[in-house]
Amino acid sequence: MSLTLDKITKVVDGELHINDVNLNFEPGSFNVLLGRTLAGKTTLMRLMAGLEKPTSGRVLMNGADMTGVPVRQRNVSMVYQQFINYPNLSVYDNIASPLRLAGDDKQTIDRKVRETAEILRIENFLTRMPLELSGGQQQRTAMARALVKDADLILFDEPLVNLDYKLREELRQEMRELFKVRNTIAVYATTEPNEALALGGTTTVLHEGRAIQYGETAEVYNFPDTVACAELFSEPPLNLTKGEISDSEVTLDQATHFPLNADLAGLGRGNYIFGVRPSHLALFPVNEDDLEISVRVELAEISGSETFLHVRNKHLSLVLHLTGIYQYEVDAQIKVYMPTHKIFVFDEDGKILKVPTRLPIVNQAGQVSGGVQHG
Amino acid sequence: MNKVENNKAWFLVLPVFLLVAFSAVVPLMTVVNYSVQDIFDASNRYFVGVEWFKEVLRDPRLHDSLIRQFIFSFCVLLIEVPLGICVALMMPKEGRWSALCLILLAIPLLIPWNVVGTIWQIFGRADIGLMGYSLNAIGIDYNYAGNSGDAWATVLLMDVWHWTSLIALLCYSGLRAIPDAYYQAARIDRASGWAIFRYIQLPKLQSVLLIGILLRFMDSFMIYTEPFVLTGGGPGNSTTFLSQTLTTMAIGQFDLGRAGAFSLIYFLIILLVSWLLYTAMTHVEKGE
Repeated sequence: MSLTLDKITKVVDGELHINDVNLNFEPGSFNVLLGRTLAGKTTLMRLMAGLEKPTSGRVLMNGADMTGVPVRQRNVSMVYQQFINYPNLSVYDNIASPLRLAGDDKQTIDRKVRETAEILRIENFLTRMPLELSGGQQQRTAMARALVKDADLILFDEPLVNLDYKLREELRQEMRELFKVRNTIAVYATTEPNEALALGGTTTVLHEGRAIQYGETAEVYNFPDTVACAELFSEPPLNLTKGEISDSEVTLDQATHFPLNADLAGLGRGNYIFGVRPSHLALFPVNEDDLEISVRVELAEISGSETFLHVRNKHLSLVLHLTGIYQYEVDAQIKVYMPTHKIFVFDEDGKILKVPTRLPIVNQAGQVSGGVQHG
Repeated sequence: MNKVENNKAWFLVLPVFLLVAFSAVVPLMTVVNYSVQDIFDASNRYFVGVEWFKEVLRDPRLHDSLIRQFIFSFCVLLIEVPLGICVALMMPKEGRWSALCLILLAIPLLIPWNVVGTIWQIFGRADIGLMGYSLNAIGIDYNYAGNSGDAWATVLLMDVWHWTSLIALLCYSGLRAIPDAYYQAARIDRASGWAIFRYIQLPKLQSVLLIGILLRFMDSFMIYTEPFVLTGGGPGNSTTFLSQTLTTMAIGQFDLGRAGAFSLIYFLIILLVSWLLYTAMTHVEKGE
């Protein structure tokens, strides 16, 4: 079963919610929809499920036009951000409900319910009511309900948002395992770049109702097409600054200069937008040609065992993503280092011109491939 | 660790203590006081123990009005609860029409009891009332003053008209609180309309229904004004409910001892039935 969205547009009350989206999902694939809140992720999923009709465009399943077919006549399931279960049915009955509605016989239902419950590790709670379970167990029940009916398409609308961090990691890992062996299309909406990277598969970046980039998750991350995509698919967001390339040097925000290197020389003179990932900035020079920038500290934000260091000088405002805990006083004067060969360059309209040298891929035999330049 | 006792805290609860004493405990104790004595005047009173209670419990007047009262409250709940749920389900979910519906529903709740009684008393009259005249005109012999069945029907209709709105409004708010995702999930599950009602809406309405049923039970069990205004409890004693029997006893016959005992029994019955209803419904909620 493959799913194709063909020129899908959705207008609600004169407002464009989904703008000309073309996507194709292969059977057995795991697909992430990445976008901020209100980017159109939920709407797009509702369109895929048939809960809503597109204003124009077609939804194809295995090549057959399913555009007007209501959700009741399709074989889809969905897991929501809230933990949606039938409140006065036991976990067992909750999981069994889609099978009963489909008219399966008792033994089949029993076997499937127990199998699915085991996969999701809720087999010991089958007689409990949903509200007697923890949030994670409730969401597992909802997931079991979605998985049990062998749907052609399973939609996950930010299912892990309301869970605590540890559970989130655990369930995320399990989900990848779960879908490796299934022949259904899984679509997973999230606002978090890190979640998209952890889940792998393919990623579609949604921005203001448009699918601005689509591809293998690592590819999309490494080779963003536009400023919008690069910004969205980076946590903390990509550092962006306007700048200029002259015959001999690069100027960032009219003040920070560094000599033109071979990487950037090919671009020619003109105005550009430069970007650098927060994780590429360092407190110490790593390479000889790293650019030294004097800044003062605005905020050291500590998250887990990592530090997001917000710094600025008169012209530039940067965020560093550092491993380890760093404590700085506000307004402390420090120097940060920017590796000039790890800079993204976009034209003034935000289209990508150059990505940093690609990280090599090392295979099992220890051979190194990749490392080519792109764009 | 030494426990430090600070008796000043008692002063802080004293105002509440006094308030509760004067609003609840003292009046209640007065009733208790009446119920165990036979009082002729200030110097002429005798302690009679539980005699009044025994007598009241054997009184056929109490039995009759108690049975009437239970039938009445049962009918009220049986009609108003399903009807209120239906009205709530049929109301528009949003927009101007829902605001209009809410206002229309709220109007009966704002009308005082005796006015409701008067409205229906006139409305149902066979000579000048719109309903009474129309019913008789199409050949239905309707006369609430003479026929006890008609009187009953009118009192019930009055109560349904007056109070179904309360259940409807409570259920409406309960329904609005159900996230849309539940309905979507049900559609995805291919659940029928009945299944949505039975497994999503009804369980989610449980808590508001509990409040609604308790309020309607207690209130209908204490009904006084409407039948009193309509027929004064008649024809005969057919619409004389507990509170009216009590009033006649206490004020009409000035039989304070008997009325005190009656009041306490009345109070205990309401308390007991409310507790039973509450327990039953919270058990249903847990799926037991």
